[in-house]
Amino acid sequence: MKAATAEIQKKRFAVNPRLQQFLAFGSLILLVIFFSFASGNFFNFSNIVGILLSTAVIGVLALGVTFVIVTGGIDLSVGTVMTLSAVMTGVFITIWGLPVWVGIIGGLLTGALCGFVSGFTIARLGIPPFIATLAMMMIAKGLALVISGTKPIYFTDDEVFMEISLGSVLGDLIPGFNIPNAVLVFFLAAVIGSLLLARTIVGRYNFAIGSNEEATRLSGVNVRKWKIIIYMITGVFTGLAGVLMASRLNSAQPSLGMGYELEAIAAVVIGGTSLNGGKGTIVGTVIGALIMSVLTNGLRIMSVPQEWQTVVVGFVILLAVYADILRRRKA
Amino acid sequence: MSQVIVKMEGIEKHFAGVHALKDCQFELRSGEVHALVGENGAGKSTMMKVLTGVYGKDEGRIVYQGKEVQVPDTRTAQKLGISMIHQELNLAPDLTVAQNIFIGKEPRKAIPLFLNDKEMNRQTAILLKQMNLDIEPTTPVSELTVAKQQMVEIIKAISYDSQVMIMDEPTAALSEAEIEELFKMIDRLRAKGVGIVYISHRMAELKRITDRITVMRDGSYIDTVDTAGVSIDRIISMMVGREIYQPTKPDRRMANDNDVVLEVRNLNRGKVLRDVSFSLRKGEILGVAGLVGAGRTETARAIFGADPVESGDIYIRGSKVRISGPDQAVKYGIGYLSEDRKHYGCLLEMDVKTNVGIAALERFTKGFGWMSDKRMADAADNVVGELKVKTPGIGQKLKNLSGGNQQKVIIGKWLTRDCDILIFDEPTRGIDVGAKSEIYKLLESLAASGKSIIMISSELPEILRLSHRIIVMCEGRITGELINDDHATQEQIMTYATDRIS
Repeated sequence: MKAATAEIQKKRFAVNPRLQQFLAFGSLILLVIFFSFASGNFFNFSNIVGILLSTAVIGVLALGVTFVIVTGGIDLSVGTVMTLSAVMTGVFITIWGLPVWVGIIGGLLTGALCGFVSGFTIARLGIPPFIATLAMMMIAKGLALVISGTKPIYFTDDEVFMEISLGSVLGDLIPGFNIPNAVLVFFLAAVIGSLLLARTIVGRYNFAIGSNEEATRLSGVNVRKWKIIIYMITGVFTGLAGVLMASRLNSAQPSLGMGYELEAIAAVVIGGTSLNGGKGTIVGTVIGALIMSVLTNGLRIMSVPQEWQTVVVGFVILLAVYADILRRRKA
Repeated sequence: MSQVIVKMEGIEKHFAGVHALKDCQFELRSGEVHALVGENGAGKSTMMKVLTGVYGKDEGRIVYQGKEVQVPDTRTAQKLGISMIHQELNLAPDLTVAQNIFIGKEPRKAIPLFLNDKEMNRQTAILLKQMNLDIEPTTPVSELTVAKQQMVEIIKAISYDSQVMIMDEPTAALSEAEIEELFKMIDRLRAKGVGIVYISHRMAELKRITDRITVMRDGSYIDTVDTAGVSIDRIISMMVGREIYQPTKPDRRMANDNDVVLEVRNLNRGKVLRDVSFSLRKGEILGVAGLVGAGRTETARAIFGADPVESGDIYIRGSKVRISGPDQAVKYGIGYLSEDRKHYGCLLEMDVKTNVGIAALERFTKGFGWMSDKRMADAADNVVGELKVKTPGIGQKLKNLSGGNQQKVIIGKWLTRDCDILIFDEPTRGIDVGAKSEIYKLLESLAASGKSIIMISSELPEILRLSHRIIVMCEGRITGELINDDHATQEQIMTYATDRIS
């Protein structure tokens, strides 16, 4: 009798938490196989590199936004904060003539500062994340235009800056293996993000807050402080995306950026992170971002017009989230 | 003998691998109050969900008013006249009483696009009057007490012309006086010939209100007995399959000369807390009694820093402290176990390990915020072993544990954080009888080991059984304090608890 109950309990308790990620990964593989058969131009080194490169900026942005989404929050400002960070990097390097590495750190700090302001208004003033980051989105957009004088800032004086995105350290080491640095930075950022979220105290609080903020507060956790820190982490990733973007275009374009936040959020959601908070992984986000770029790239190669590509991505988001809901219902 | 209104026979139900109901039966007569009891997981809610169409049955038959019926969904149940009053109330708080009662069947005007509010309020007033309820139909539900909201739920069920009403733990959130009101209402329903299924963990209530009792255990039907001819002890032993209760009251006169660990002086917050002052000694269990709304939870939350206060001082081991938030409170060794475990205690979606460690995460880091899962797992294993938490492992999500085991995990969380002043708010709410006595033993052994405990409880037998000293609150004030000796009685506590200043 006792053994039987234990057996039953084991069955009842057996739920596979990795399933959604597995689903996402499976769909990515299926997409790659599909496009490889559909077009001979898809599965070759240069196209794959192209896909990875086009994933890098949105991918880094999505990594950052994963953190706030896991707390049950949202950050709508990452698109324009990314632009502001790019502009600030341009100001530091081109206008003030500071060394490149200072400019990069300046870009990251710009993101962190914006994250701090969002986090402060959310955690201290109690403004809902949607509203607070919507305001930050506009503030950053405006500031980027004001500071740049609405004109792009070019990094022509500094060849090194462009190398950050488009050079290839790997290509120098292994001849022919010309994977751009931006891709390397993306994967490195993913590893760091993954460790932060899964292995450190801030990650643990991140999930706790997303799972039940009030219970976490009543466990004696200084939830306000940690939320501000988490929004700052998102900000640092956003700043990094800004630097990558600026380097890739070799200029800071103050009018770019709007809409990037929604693509980043879409990547996070496709990767199985719940907008209700408490659930999510960085690996999922990476896969989500890759699915989006593989789709757009593959459809383009199959000569599907760009407008239709967007329509397809919309349906994929619905499909991904519905699959998640189905899985939850079963569990 | 009145006629049988519902008969369920040979009910079988399987969930993925779990045999939830095994050849179960249940019979309800019109005009009777029939208790359905059993430990959590015994199958009583599953049984009632089969009756109300939430779950389909695998086998068996349901006979309703003499005819075999199929209940594929809840709408069908409602049409038949079977209603369930849930533990969590299903009312829309911003709508009025009348709007809630008539939701989905609002009276219309000649042009059916428009609602006939006047007619709706008139009909509601009639229903309210029938049940002797003094509520305005146009009051928003959010302004009613929990007890009144429950009455509105019952009226809503009546408005569907329900012949069968299932009440799931209807008294869980009610005070003694409100329970009296509810019982009067149940009597009126009984007089109308409504059959009532009464699910409760509170044994004393069964004696007062029910006619028959059906006991379930581990998904099986055990027996149906007449309430008049059976003792509470007998019912409990049928439920748990063993004798567990120790009904005699232990002598609680503990000469306590230990140091005062916590002193509260003149806490004030609007009308909620008025000059609340008391002290707590090392190793003491201080019972806090009072009706719902007396300010007990508010006192606890104020001490814990969860809500701000207007004035008042708190002294920990003799020195004055300022507690501005729960993060401060835990630094002084205060832990709070909320009455609402699900919302304010548990991280339901997270595992046992994290729930044990969450209040002390800083201690499980190796520097640079890197987590040491090994050390946290050791701590969690410790808690599971020492508090005898029943779980398949520390990686199990907390939502899969029973209420009693969740409570133990939360206790473990505070012990892991080395808290020695523990405030328990309704420590056994929603916990079944077997687990209750385990929680009692745990509280006693915690106190014996030198922890100081404040225990808020609405169950007077619980207060009398565990407390060394009892304070009673009413309308934000402390109206009485008694040493729990032979002279302390439920009646005396109730006198203090209703000691209103009018």
